Formats: sequence, C-alpha cells, structure tokens
Amino acid sequence: MKIKFQLNGDTVSTEVEARTSLADCLRDNLGKNGTHLGCEHGVCGACTVLLNGEAVRSCLMLAVQADGEKVITVEGLSGDELSPLQASFRKHHALQCGFCTPGFITTAHALLSNEPDADENRIRDVLSGNLCRCTGYISIVEAVMDARKFYAVHEEQQ
Amino acid sequence: MKVANSYIGRPMERIEDLRLLRGRGTFVSDVNKPNQLHAVILRSSVAHGVICSIDRSRALALPGVSHVLVAADFANVVPKIPLRLQPLPQLEPFHQPVLAQDKVRYVGEPIAVVLADTAAIAEDALENIDLEIEPLAAITSREQAEAMPSVLFEDHGSNAAITWKAFRGDADAAFKTADYVRRDRFKVQRHAAMFMEPRGFVAAWDGAVQKLTVWGAAKTAWYNRRVLADALGLEVDAIELVEVDVGGGFGSRGEFYPEDYLIPAAAKLVGRPVKWIEDRREHMMTANHARDIECDVEIAVSRDGKFLALRGQVWADIGAYIRTNGSVGPRNVAQYMSGPYCIENIDLKSTMLTTNKTPSGTYRGPGRYETDFARERMIDLVARDLKIDRVELRRQNLVADAQMPYPLASITPYDSSTELDSGDYHAVFDLCLKEFDWWERSKLRGKPIDGYYHGLGVGSFIEGGAAGPKEEARLVLETDGSLSVYIGSSSVGQGLETIMAQIAADATELPYERITIHHGSTSHVKDGYGAYHSRSTVMGGSAILLAAEKLKDAIRNAAAVRFGCVPSEIALDGEQVSHGGKAMALAGLADVPIEVEASFFNKKYTWAYGTQAAHVAVDPGTGHVKVIDYLSVEDVGRMINPLTLHGQAIGSIVQGLGGAFLENLVYDENGQLLTGSFADYLLPTASDFPNIRSITLELKPCPNNPLGAKGAGEGGLIPVGGVMANAIADALSHLNVQPMELPLTPARIWQLVEDAQAAAS
Repeated sequence: MKIKFQLNGDTVSTEVEARTSLADCLRDNLGKNGTHLGCEHGVCGACTVLLNGEAVRSCLMLAVQADGEKVITVEGLSGDELSPLQASFRKHHALQCGFCTPGFITTAHALLSNEPDADENRIRDVLSGNLCRCTGYISIVEAVMDARKFYAVHEEQQ
Repeated sequence: MKVANSYIGRPMERIEDLRLLRGRGTFVSDVNKPNQLHAVILRSSVAHGVICSIDRSRALALPGVSHVLVAADFANVVPKIPLRLQPLPQLEPFHQPVLAQDKVRYVGEPIAVVLADTAAIAEDALENIDLEIEPLAAITSREQAEAMPSVLFEDHGSNAAITWKAFRGDADAAFKTADYVRRDRFKVQRHAAMFMEPRGFVAAWDGAVQKLTVWGAAKTAWYNRRVLADALGLEVDAIELVEVDVGGGFGSRGEFYPEDYLIPAAAKLVGRPVKWIEDRREHMMTANHARDIECDVEIAVSRDGKFLALRGQVWADIGAYIRTNGSVGPRNVAQYMSGPYCIENIDLKSTMLTTNKTPSGTYRGPGRYETDFARERMIDLVARDLKIDRVELRRQNLVADAQMPYPLASITPYDSSTELDSGDYHAVFDLCLKEFDWWERSKLRGKPIDGYYHGLGVGSFIEGGAAGPKEEARLVLETDGSLSVYIGSSSVGQGLETIMAQIAADATELPYERITIHHGSTSHVKDGYGAYHSRSTVMGGSAILLAAEKLKDAIRNAAAVRFGCVPSEIALDGEQVSHGGKAMALAGLADVPIEVEASFFNKKYTWAYGTQAAHVAVDPGTGHVKVIDYLSVEDVGRMINPLTLHGQAIGSIVQGLGGAFLENLVYDENGQLLTGSFADYLLPTASDFPNIRSITLELKPCPNNPLGAKGAGEGGLIPVGGVMANAIADALSHLNVQPMELPLTPARIWQLVEDAQAAAS
C-alpha cells in the first residue's frame, strides 16, 4: 500500500504492507533509526513519536494509519545543535546507554509543549510510561523540570 | 605556558550524548548490509523433551524464505559453548550446544534458524515448521531437582552440577563453643539484567578474502572472537567483531550466546549477510537469567556481639545449562557472604542445580545482591535476639582500616583468593548514618502515620572490581596533532568515551577536544578484555596511563630528531614541543602518525565499599511499601567523572529496588515462562522510587593501580534487598514480621502480616 505523510516537516511517501508498523516503516523504509524498538508491545516507550503533536507508540500503530498525518521523530526535534530539552538531558546526565532516550525526549517534548508548567508529580506520572534501565529516572525528571523554562518562554513569545 | 590538564575528577558532560540525544547513535539494529537476509530462530516451546522430528518443507515453500537451517546443516558435531570464567572440566557436561539436536532443556532453546528476505516473512515461516517434541517431566524447583522425576543430563545422572566451598578458619569449632547461634533460610528470586536494547547481530562473510565481520559485539569481543574462530575452524585474524552503540549490558549482554555462533555461521554458510534482532519475549526467555538462590545458613556470635562464624548451604538454580560465566553468582554467594565484616571462620557450600529454565549468568552485583540480602537480614535478626542495637552490632564487626589488606574466604574448586584492599569502613558507615539523620528519624520507627508504619533499614557492602589479567591501549598521535585512543575496554552505555578521554587528556596533556576514543572492536588492539566486573575505568584507564608515558617518549624522540638534540632535552606540553628557544606544534611534528601500545596487568581486585540506609512506610493492610528516603554512601578511591559515577550509583540502586519489590521471572510447573512481557515482568518506572540519594567519597585510593580508582559500577545495587527487608521488618516490628524472601511484593508483605497476626492470636 502506498502512504504519504509529513515526516519532520517534509512530505514523504512509501510503500508498506498493511501489517507494517509505523516504527518499522520509519526505520526500514525511511531511515529514521532514532526511533528505537525496545519491546514492540507498547510498554517501554522507546519508539515514541509525535503524531500531530501527541506522543504515540509507533510500535503499536500501523504505518497506514499515519497516511496524511504529521509525524515527528527525535531527529526532527533538533538541528546541528542540541535542543534546550536535549541539552538539559546532557547537563543532568539523564541518559547512559541512550537506547530509551529518543522516547523520553519525544514524550517530554510533547508534555512540555502542552503543559510547560507541569509539576514534578505530573512529569513523573507522564514519564512513568517509558522504561529506562540505566538511570533510575531521577536525573531524567530533573532534566525535564529544568527544561520547562524554555517551553514557557516559547509559549509567551507566541 | 600551557596550564596542565585536570579533567580527572570533573563532571564533564558526555561526548556520547551529542549523538544519542538526537537519535544519531548507531545500534546494531541500525546496521544493514546490501543483500542481507533476516534470521529468526525456531525455539523450543517445551521445557524438557526429546526432539522427534522437524519438517521444514512447508516453511521452505513460502515465497521469500531462503533457508531453514538445523543443527546438521551447521556442523557434523554441534559446537558447545565453552566457559569464559571458571572453565572447570567437571562442568563440561553442562555446556550448551548452539542448537538443540536431540533434546531440549528449556523453553526458548534454539532448534533451527530461518533465513528470509524480511524478518516478517521469517516469522511467518516459523509457524510453518512442523516440530514434534516428546515431553519429559520438567524440573522447575530445587525440590524437584533433588527428587529427580527426570534428569537434564542422563549421563551425569543427577541434577546437581558442582558444589563450591568457601572456607576460612575452623567454623565447626567456632560453632561448638559459641555463646549464640542462629539458623535461617533465605530466598532470592530469579530476575535478570533486562537491558533496554534487545540483542542482535549482523554478520557478513567475504569469500574473496575469507573474512567474517560481525556487528553487535559487546562486553568481551576478543574472547568471543576466539570462541567463534574455534567453532568455525577459522583463524582469529579472519574474524572482526565490531562494537557499535550498545544499549545496556549489566553483565548479561555480550557473553557468548548460541546466536553469537548461529548468525555468523549462517552468513558464512549461505554467503550472504545475515541480520538478527531478538524481540523482547525472546530476550526474556534466552538472555541470561540471574539470582534464584535459596540458602540455609547459620551464624555464630559471642555474647557481646562479635561475629564468629558462618556455616551453611546455598542452592543456586542455574537453569538448563552452564553459561559462560554461570559459576560467578553461585560462587560469590558463598565467598562474599562475610561482606565488609570481620568473620574469621567460614564454611559455606553453594551447589549449582540444573533445572528446565533459561540458563543463568551474571547480572550486576552477581551473588553479592543475594548474599547481602541473607547477611544483612541475619544481622538484624541477631541484633533483635541479643538486644544489641543493629547499628552498633554492625559497627563493631566492620573490618577496621588497620586490618587491611583483609583476606576473604578461600574458595574451591576454582581458586580466586582475594583480599579487601583498602578502606575506612567505619568512617563511611558513620557518615551514612549522619547524612541520613538516622537518630532523629529513628523517632518514627514503628509509628503509624496515615495508616503507614515507618521503619528504617541499614546495610553495608563491598563491591569487587577491576578483574585482570590485563587491558590494552594503543595511542596514536595523528599528523594533525590530534590523538586517537584505541582500547580493549568496551562500552555498554556507561560513558566510556568521556571517561577515557578525561584520563587520556590528563595523561598526555593533549587537548581534550582533540581526543577520540575507539573501543570494543577487535581491530583496535591486539588483545582486549572488555567490560565486566566493573573493570573498564580501572583497567582501560590504567592502560592509557602507561601508554601515555610511552607516547610522550616517542614524541620526544621524534622532536629530538627535528631539533638535533637528545630526547631528554625536549620540553613537551601537549600542544607543542620545544628545545632552547625553538618550538614546534605537535601537528606536523612527524610525517607519519606516532603510535604506541601498552598493557596494564593486574591480578588484584579493587574493593569499593559503602553503607546504605533507607526509610520506608508500610501499609500492613495492603502490603504496600513507600520508599520515603534512600541514601547510599560509597568510597571509590578516586572518581574520574562524578557525573557519570553518580549516574551509575543511582541507576544501580533503582535496579536493586526493582529486584527487591518488582522483578520476578516466574515459571509454571511445566517450565513455561509466565512473565514474557513488560506487562508481566515489572521494571521500576519514574514514579516508583523518586527519593534516592548517593554520596561518593575518595577516602582511600586503591593501592593496586596507578589511577587509585576502584570499580564502582555495581555497588549501589548490592545491599538493596537486605536494606529494604530490614526497613520493612523495622516498620512492622510490633508484629514481628520478618521477610526472608524476595521480592517484597504487596502480596508477600500482606501475607507475612496475616501470618504474624495469626501466630500472635
């Protein structure tokens, strides 16, 4: 089946089987390897991408469901420099092996884009949908809390 | 004048993060080769049985399926996987064949390899292989292993493999005359490393030059290359193992598994690149399991609280085969049970039992997590009996600074004698209690607040690191003045590139920004050893220090030729060389790169150590436990990067909490794994344990390596199970609830409360 959607701002089209997951399509067809597969049953969250601004599990979604939609992967959240959220992760040592990290970045970005004033409990609650085996999460929560200011400023500018 | 580099000890932000944060890392699943086939592995769905027939014709008829390979297709005699550690001849009967041929011994054991154009087609093919297995009685517990309704290895005739014996002094004599003796049984459940990136390989055989390249190496690439070369009948030089980004290891990833043979062998056999990436369910039933011990131990204590002796029996359920490092956990439980305490008489046996479960291996703090649970629980129970404060009881038995180096128990049948190297155990113990505000918090002990009873727990630990025999580093001053560092250490996500660049910058005085670290691939150095036993920083870092001295000599030699003087007259500051009034930049000093190589040899383990304290609140009505505060204080001798070290400590503690409360690999009586997904096997999440603190000290440098550093990747986790159980017992002391088994699930705590209340009434 042929599908066409917006990926990180560009229009892309590709051929997929009906059973192909969005994650496999992004990785295998479109070369977006930043989207990682840790469990393929929707629990670990490493494959989280933004679908029309919302955080979704690309392993639980069929590629054909993205037809005509807007998808952003971790690669679409920064250019040559780290984004403020990514820089905050680096500053707080909020990643070790880095495999789960794209999912945390996309999830946190979606949260702070919608709720730049999210409190610690809210941040923990939302991030509890993603698994990280290395960090113990303390530094991830600190990084996301510290990054709120960038999203708040951004919102005021709009 | 250039200021001397001082990167060691600074919380440098990591070099790795720049790619990993933007999705630009390269993990093995990101590696693809032209014309590659995808492999999927047919695995046994029966825990114990005899293979009667395999019919692959329907699978081969599917479009896109190229091969279905069974054992006979790979070799006349199926290779078995040798032991990397403690390679005892008496363990040979339990080595795992890379494919099952006659018998299957656990659910998940590989039987055939399907190759197809896509992974999806290969998975379709799996369902079209007709496999008949005649089931045998499954052994799924210690009791069954001993009762022997069946045996896994008929020729051996028993389900017990071997018994380790830790010994010191004369335990029986000490027990005979002791004022007080106590005997208990403890259990630690089966759980696993469960790193986030599934295992995988991409292998390519170049027939023209007879060379095999394998991407996806981790942990011990050089050793694995030797095993693979032996199994394939190739020279080691004909094989290159390439380490790309690795998504966590914790002891489990990178050991030689059946797939380490099957994927390269398949690529060689069919002459096309082959890619295999496991899925999570497959991971849970194939990658090494860990822990799963039961023990029956006695402690002898004098009336005034001096620990005199330990005696007892441990049973370790190692699963269906002995894996590459499968003895480490069972051995450590016995050898390290005394921990940081002075116990002069020890007689502990640890028997490895085979069962129809996934084979086990090391997972962060192997054997130590289990043995610390038993020991720290015992100490609290002794304190309660003898009416001695448990803090005082611990303090009075800690090994004293003046006793260093302090030998631990000897062990047979494979000797690994070791001694605690240095430390001020009392200072760290006292600091932990002070920072934790132990005495003030103690006012809450046993008090109910909003239905939750409060309690405190404490425990001390030792953490071994820096296993030998050696590590290699090769330093190359490139003609542009930059430095390439090649090391035999491996990265499993711990920030190796940053740490090694810090060490190399200080050692060579070259600019930090111009140093590139290359690690883990077999082409980098002649003979590397890798990442296990918290050894990368100490061993790889020390090798860099030695190589840096050689490099400086080589640079002086090259400069001396240019300046027409003797090398000792050359001044070198990392940016330029100078002699008299003349100076020359390092870039352009030589026409060809200046290259040196050095090995650091070490036979002595490093011993980091520390104390942890916890404050919990327990709801006796539901069994729910809240971790109000958790503090770890550890002395690591010398810190290279406080940021990454702190990350190791916190991450490790939370893994320990996962083992204490959540994680459990459960089998039914037929040997079926019931916890094959993240919905069933619970890992800690961001909302579970928000209050974890860690303090790292540099009190006593390690005397046995030039860095003075001690391995510190595992310590956080080691005492967590014991500390948690002690805190819960403290909270519920009015009921005399005494947890003797992990995990401390709400159901278990609730049941203990019910039982205690029934006993009281």
